[in-house]
Amino acid sequence: MAEPLLSLSGLRVDFGAGRPAVDGLDLAVAPGEIVSLLGPSGCGKTTTMRVVAGLITPQAGRVWLAGRDITELPPNKRGVGLVFQSYALFPHLSVFENVAFGLRLRRQDADRIASRVGAMLEMVGLTGFETRLPRELSGGQQQRVALARAVAIAPDLLLLDEPLSNLDARLRLDMRAELARIQRESGVTMLYVTHDQAEALALSTRIAVMADGRIEQLGTPEDVYASPATAFVARFMGFETILAVRDGILASASGALGPAPAGAVNGSALAWRPGQVLLGSGAYAGRVEAASFQGESVEYLLSTAAGAVKAEAPARAPRWREGETVSFDLPLAAAARLPSV
Amino acid sequence: MRGASAAVLGLVLLFLIGPFVVILLAGLSAGDTLVFPPQGLSLRWFAAVLESDSLWTAFVLSLWLAIGSTALALAVGIPAAYALARHRLRYGETARAVLTSPAIVPGLVVGLALLRYFVVPLDVSVLSALVLAHTALLVPYAVRVVGASLANLGVDIEEAAVTLGASRLRAFALVVMPNIRSGLLAAFILGIVTSFNQLPVSLFLTGPGVATLPVEMMVAMEYTYDPSLAALSSLLALMSVAVVFVAERTLGLSRHM
Ligand SMILES: Nc1ncnc2c1ncn2[C@@H]1O[C@H](COP(=O)(O)OP(=O)(O)OP(=O)(O)O)[C@@H](O)[C@H]1O
Ligand SMILES: [Mg+2]
Repeated sequence: MAEPLLSLSGLRVDFGAGRPAVDGLDLAVAPGEIVSLLGPSGCGKTTTMRVVAGLITPQAGRVWLAGRDITELPPNKRGVGLVFQSYALFPHLSVFENVAFGLRLRRQDADRIASRVGAMLEMVGLTGFETRLPRELSGGQQQRVALARAVAIAPDLLLLDEPLSNLDARLRLDMRAELARIQRESGVTMLYVTHDQAEALALSTRIAVMADGRIEQLGTPEDVYASPATAFVARFMGFETILAVRDGILASASGALGPAPAGAVNGSALAWRPGQVLLGSGAYAGRVEAASFQGESVEYLLSTAAGAVKAEAPARAPRWREGETVSFDLPLAAAARLPSV
Repeated sequence: MRGASAAVLGLVLLFLIGPFVVILLAGLSAGDTLVFPPQGLSLRWFAAVLESDSLWTAFVLSLWLAIGSTALALAVGIPAAYALARHRLRYGETARAVLTSPAIVPGLVVGLALLRYFVVPLDVSVLSALVLAHTALLVPYAVRVVGASLANLGVDIEEAAVTLGASRLRAFALVVMPNIRSGLLAAFILGIVTSFNQLPVSLFLTGPGVATLPVEMMVAMEYTYDPSLAALSSLLALMSVAVVFVAERTLGLSRHM
């Protein structure tokens, strides 16, 4: 990797309530990358962002930006853009003045500010809203103003804390494309927090899956999607069926399902997405607890000796009804191989 | 039921407004003594009050004292309220309790103590003692009203300002102050009215040419029996009503109390 623009080493943040919010986190982000922090609620994503922005001083660890140790640098000297999860718009200022805020602090002249703000509002599709106050905007519009305000100061590093969470599906796709375009045109490096797996896959150069204040796996979207490193990442990436291989048997904590596929390594674990479970024939059997129509496909919830197994089959394929027993196969070739459950 | 509550409401209003009406009418009397009902109507006692030098001096002193001590109380109270609202301080709760509870010691005792152990031995001017005493009296109001405004204001906007390049101080000036403006004005008006009407503490803090309006009025009451004091009281009441009315109209003062 090229000289990283941002590098975090051994970060620890402890609010003094139970386990630390961030606990030994390392991460290096190359210039021009979009790295997503993906993880369940409360795993420390926002806290990590706040450390990078300088709003929290970590109890341990260092933060490096462009080769400089900025751990002790006050936030207003960092020039890092931050889009808040809560938007944090200035309630007393118009949309125009919100976006112009950082530019005015930089003492730019009025013409430059006006054209920059105009360009930012056009980018987020809010031209014509200049004189509105934040309380006169919808949640999604406020979110876009927050984005425009952070991008306006042309930071080298942009931190985005779920910047699209409040937009409808259409607008979210548009804004996602817009973010990718901003990145291409300005070369800005982005650290991007999201709950949305699809968003992370589509937008990121690399994805960092977080759990309990640490990075569980860091890799390209393809890597993380196809080859989760741990059961936690697998579960988070949609592998619903995770089973241990013990003495040639596939089993969960609640019981044995049947013989493991030939070639499975004893002591390891295997994981399948619902779509990888083949219904109709195979070595295993389960009872259909629920079948729900999803449009293109039908999702089945099977109860087996090893607990619940989720399967998905094309809607055109033969259907099974609730209460029926169905045999199924778990192909080894499709499975993600994990060190343990 | 409806009739009963209307009657109670009427009684309360009578209780609150009645004295004012009585005093207003007494002040409008054309006679030479303070009586009710008035003996004929005239504005002569209102004119007499407005022509009295000593009352004007006292009024001006009281007004400046109110403005000055309120400004000082806010100068102390705003940072104090900010520190209490934004930082987790050791003994923060104790500090809050002390700062926001109104004076526990009776005003008369405070005034007397200041006179005996501060003004006289240290040869401090009566005026400085007055300013000091009134400021101390108003700090709890300032801390409480400003604190309530700050509590309603998220920290995140300050943080946003800081990440956009503002120092903590600029963020406070550019983002916090404008958003607690109406709270500050409410605290200011409350402070001025409280100081202006304050009697017990001021009572002992008088000197040559230095007496607040309430003190001057109380002294005058002992030897005047004409309706001038009633006229003065009416003027002051009307002034208060006007201030509160304007404040309510422009700021919604009642939202902050
Ligand atoms: N100011 C604070 N004081 C105490 N605990 C905090 C504070 N901020 C965060 N925490 C705790 O630290 C942990 C991580 O919080 P954080 O906000 O970083 O989570 P997150 O990953 O951003 O979650 P979400 O996806 O819900 O936004 C949580 O357990 C949270 O309760
Ligand atoms: Mg968060």
